[in-house]
Amino acid sequence: MKGRVLVVDDDLALSEMLGIVLRNEGLDVVHCANGSSAMTLFRESRPDIVLLDLMLPGIDGIEVCRRIRAESGIPIVMLTARTDTIDVVVGLESGADDYVLKPFKTQELIARVRARLRRGDEPEPEQLQIGDLVIDVAGHTVKRQGKSLSLTPLEFDLLVALARKPRQVFTREVLLEQVWGYRHAGDTRLVNVHVQRLRSKIEHDPEHPEIVVTVRGVGYRAGPP
Amino acid sequence: MFTWSRPINVTRSRIAQLAPPLERHVRAARSALQRVARWLLHLWRSSLQLRVIVSTMLLGLIVVLMLGSYLYQRIADGLVNDRIITARAEATSQTLAAQSRFDSAGRMDAVSLTQLAFDVVGQLSSPGADRSREVILTRAKNNTGPASVPTVLSGDVGLPSVPAGLRTAIAADPTHQQVQLILISSVDGATVPAAIVGSRVTLPAAGQYELYFVFPLDREQQTLRVVARTFSLGAIALVLLLGGVAYVVTRIVVDPVRRAALVAERLSSGLLHERMGAHGEDDIARLGKAFNAMADSLQEQIRQLEDLSRVQQRFVSDVSHELRTPLTTIRMAGDLIHDSRHDFDPSVARSAELLHNEIDRFESLLSDLLEISRFDAGAAVLDVEATDLRNTIVRTIESTAALAARRGSRLEVIPTDRPCVAEIDPRRVERILRNLVANAIEYGEGRPVTVQLGVNAKAVAVSVCDSGVGLRAGEAAMVFNRFWRADPARARTTGGTGLGLAISREDARLHGGWLHAWGEPGVGSCFRLTLPRHTGTVIESSPLPLRLPKERSAPSPASESTSSPVAISGVAES
Repeated sequence: MKGRVLVVDDDLALSEMLGIVLRNEGLDVVHCANGSSAMTLFRESRPDIVLLDLMLPGIDGIEVCRRIRAESGIPIVMLTARTDTIDVVVGLESGADDYVLKPFKTQELIARVRARLRRGDEPEPEQLQIGDLVIDVAGHTVKRQGKSLSLTPLEFDLLVALARKPRQVFTREVLLEQVWGYRHAGDTRLVNVHVQRLRSKIEHDPEHPEIVVTVRGVGYRAGPP
Repeated sequence: MFTWSRPINVTRSRIAQLAPPLERHVRAARSALQRVARWLLHLWRSSLQLRVIVSTMLLGLIVVLMLGSYLYQRIADGLVNDRIITARAEATSQTLAAQSRFDSAGRMDAVSLTQLAFDVVGQLSSPGADRSREVILTRAKNNTGPASVPTVLSGDVGLPSVPAGLRTAIAADPTHQQVQLILISSVDGATVPAAIVGSRVTLPAAGQYELYFVFPLDREQQTLRVVARTFSLGAIALVLLLGGVAYVVTRIVVDPVRRAALVAERLSSGLLHERMGAHGEDDIARLGKAFNAMADSLQEQIRQLEDLSRVQQRFVSDVSHELRTPLTTIRMAGDLIHDSRHDFDPSVARSAELLHNEIDRFESLLSDLLEISRFDAGAAVLDVEATDLRNTIVRTIESTAALAARRGSRLEVIPTDRPCVAEIDPRRVERILRNLVANAIEYGEGRPVTVQLGVNAKAVAVSVCDSGVGLRAGEAAMVFNRFWRADPARARTTGGTGLGLAISREDARLHGGWLHAWGEPGVGSCFRLTLPRHTGTVIESSPLPLRLPKERSAPSPASESTSSPVAISGVAES
């Protein structure tokens, strides 16, 4: 596995440990200990993935997450010690793709990072249609009437997963496995939050979605093309 | 005749047509009346003010009526007595005058005597048309002499008006005046009370005659009528005044009470800053001050509790964060050492294994403790999502399959075709079920564990039953206690924290659901989770019984339904 990881965490021992583990996996690690310098380091180091602690001195993790998201769609994985739904959801809504709960197992963290970095394999040229959107899978673009919509890679993957099998209902668990790479049960809130983010970008009226439709008690499916 | 019958028929049929609307009107009127009566009754019950005013006015009316009629009676008596006294005096003097005229007349023939009698009667009656005095001269009852002088009347009042009793009394006692009250008819036809005074006069040659003076009491009656009218007006005014006074007084008292009630209602609905106005030093002001003091202390206590709860939540959150970060480092370091334990000598390698396992245990204990304290602080929130419980069960079975395989237990799910969609927090429910299944495996002695799903109109239920050691009497209630263990001597194998069932019960409670336990030593135990299908609704009954499934509790040959257990995971899987 190749790539550069930006670790933003104020706990030095944990940062060092993260560095050891990630370097063992063959990754390049850049460390940042506070929120204020995170953006500068982000721009300088141009990482492939960011591991972000939510509680930071200076600017807090949520804000850092929002700023990174404003500039780039690169994968962000939150490290959080707060398990309350509100904390997790706020983190996800600020733009994180995934989260790992402290204390995490090394394997779990590596799996999450790997899943976010895996998107390397060049996909077949493929064109999909969902609603009035045209998806160019190889080109990573989504267009509505020729106008490009800006999606993060994760949102793009989510949309492609739904569009590849229109009319099929995906449970949240299946989406977690296909899009996030969870082999065992993950947190279905991830799916809920990201579907909402996706809808806010692609739906005409996010309150009455027509492209990503909720199937009550089951999950989601793509709307009629 | 035929020509007549038609119109009559027409009229009848028209009446028949009219009857239903009429009936409807009557019914409508009656229901309207009932509504008004109910409304009045409600008003009477609900308004203290109305009750006070109405009672005051009623009591006032009774007192005024009693007082008025008493006074009226006294005035009437006084007026009549006065009139009788003057009537007597008048009659005495007039009788004397008449007698002296008769005496001075000397002997004369019947014609002249009759003429004299007419003259005297004419003089005796009141002059003018005011009829304040009428005179009757008639022969005494016991005068048996020749009727030379007929009965002489001065006006309309005739002899029949003179009561027989009066005449008898005069006959019995001729020397005294006799007085009686009678009714005479006046000019306009109405009857008027009158005083009649009778006495005896002696006419020359004609003998004993009775002379009656009739004094109509119409002027007195007039006066009494005016008095009565004045009294009635006074009574009405007085009662109205009483009502007004009662209204004002009750307003003074009831208004602050109503304000207090309003403020109390607003307080109880959560507006803790609401206070009563308390001015002055009267009872009402004291009520207001006491009320405000109560509200102050209530608000203060609530604030303290809120602070406490906030501090507690904050503390839990901080501890959570502060402990978790170093634990993460320890855990990662432990993992690293554990992964490379083969490079160490055996004792260090074993130490690395112990370290690794104990970090797991420490972590689950920490997270359970934090979870419990989150419940205690009231910081736990439900993250509700419409979920089919069949999926939840499948996931639970998947995640506990490895444990079941290690312990040699078979997990059986009694399948159901009905969707069991309920508004639940899937993470919490899965945690409960995982916990129940893990417990059933732990205490199931390697025998199969049965998971059953049930649904009714209002609730869904999952029961997890095992045929293991079971529960002794009284233990079913204790299993949910924190750190409770059935048998302290029993070796702990799955490394439970002792908080699992306590957390499960809290999770169930958070849903507004139930978690029940049943067990019998040596037979097995059964845990049943019942959750409302819609958040906020109250469960009435659980769709599942709290006992072992039939196939195992009673070894009957075959089950009547298709609910034969299906093995989800077996020993083979690992």
